[in-house]
Amino acid sequence: MKNYLQLNLSLLYWILIAPFTGQFFKIGPIFRQMVAIGVRATPMVALTAFSVGVTLAMQAAHSLESLGAEMYIPDLVMLTLLREMGPVLIAVIVIGRSGSAVAAELGTMKVSEEIEALEVMAINPVQYLVVPRFLAMMVMLPALTIFGNYIGILGGWAVCRFALDFNTAGYVLRALESADTWDLYSGMIKSVVFAWLIITISCNAGLTVEGGAEGVGQATTTSVVQALLAMLVMNAVLTGIFFFAA
Amino acid sequence: MNANAENVIEVTNLVRKFGDRTVLDEISFNVHRGETVVIMGGSGCGKSTLLRHMIGAMKPTSGIVKLFGEEITMMKERELERVRLRFGMLFQSGALLASQTVGENVALPLLQHTDKSVDEIEEIVKQKLQMVGLTGFEDLKPDEISGGMKKRVGLARALALDPELLFSDEPTSGLDPIMTAVVDELTLKLTHGTHMTAVVVSHDMTSAFRIATRMIMLGHGGIVAQGTPDEIRNSPNPEVQQFIHGEADGPVPLNLSQEEHEGHQQVKPRPFIAARDRFHRKTA
Repeated sequence: MKNYLQLNLSLLYWILIAPFTGQFFKIGPIFRQMVAIGVRATPMVALTAFSVGVTLAMQAAHSLESLGAEMYIPDLVMLTLLREMGPVLIAVIVIGRSGSAVAAELGTMKVSEEIEALEVMAINPVQYLVVPRFLAMMVMLPALTIFGNYIGILGGWAVCRFALDFNTAGYVLRALESADTWDLYSGMIKSVVFAWLIITISCNAGLTVEGGAEGVGQATTTSVVQALLAMLVMNAVLTGIFFFAA
Repeated sequence: MNANAENVIEVTNLVRKFGDRTVLDEISFNVHRGETVVIMGGSGCGKSTLLRHMIGAMKPTSGIVKLFGEEITMMKERELERVRLRFGMLFQSGALLASQTVGENVALPLLQHTDKSVDEIEEIVKQKLQMVGLTGFEDLKPDEISGGMKKRVGLARALALDPELLFSDEPTSGLDPIMTAVVDELTLKLTHGTHMTAVVVSHDMTSAFRIATRMIMLGHGGIVAQGTPDEIRNSPNPEVQQFIHGEADGPVPLNLSQEEHEGHQQVKPRPFIAARDRFHRKTA
């Protein structure tokens, strides 16, 4: 826990304070990490989001049909995706795919003395390794969430259009009518918070590895479990704040 | 050895404990500018731990380590970085960044710490790789080259900023005899030509006697012997003689057969052996 807080503090230093002392972060590595963390995750995110959209629409159809309220299917798909399913499920994918990869990569670097070599070369590992990953994650998780939302809505449309009596215009209009911008923003705020949690937990797990290959394996597992738990608890808290307390 | 020579490294009463185990016990020595000091000793005697204290990667339990006259034991990371720019370190495994090419690895300190243009950096990288006999390997990844080559790339990277002081952890282990001679000659050339100071941790006695101007042998947590290569070669200390001649029998305790040493008092039952005996009895 102490390590984790220290990592967060030093991240804040390198992002918020260091640029004003002339130590800018380099753009190249950030883009490389954006590709590794985000762009390469798009197929998985698309598949997940599409399945979720289809599932939501089918479940909604099943329940709402008995009430004669099929016309509300797009509302349900849209709101569930924007507020909950989008941010949460895409964070789950990113934790499993990118968070674990970051923990394993940094952990391997730690046990093969690469991190120590950086320190001895007077290169700060947080600045050199964590900052690009952090910034990449902060940009890419919300971006993936928006992308996933679109695909999920597409999945809902597929069910409504081909299995039920909706036409495309009806689906789109109904969906847009049901959601307001706050639904989108609340999901975006969530995904920014999740991005922070995921990347700091993964990096911390990687940087604190001890004990060779076994340690790397353990750290990778720990990072996934901790990030999932932290993300889900934080989701409950944020939902409470956004939609319950207000 | 000039008594007035500037001390590049001063280690005073260095103590390091891991739990109850004292690995380094009251170690003191100085390294003067232009010297090549070889630190030797059996595996696990604390050589690497000592080296880690000298580069500021570990904090001692007590004692003082000074580099270039500045005490580094109490330094903050930021101040330490300033000192670290003045020395290079070759790690035992090379410690190259696996995600970057050989050329990028050597260029890393230059990119991070100098304002040189890309062309200049490329030129320096080429020159440093040439020094270690790896011309044309710039674009390979570390996992595409051998262990000995990695080590030489590590050396090229350690020398990238033309340091005043070079730490090497086993620079010649894993190298063939010819490459060992090349690396040794490079060290000699740098220490004689540019007055670089070198601290080398090594097991390789041939190489050690070739490059050292002074040798320190560690053992039992302390310094067993130190002196010029000739003094070490002629040392009356049987431990030193055993070590430099690589003899299995001698005063150095090996802990190979501790149970027998304790006078056959308690031979621990070994379940697997017992089971095997039972099996043999049954099948006989």
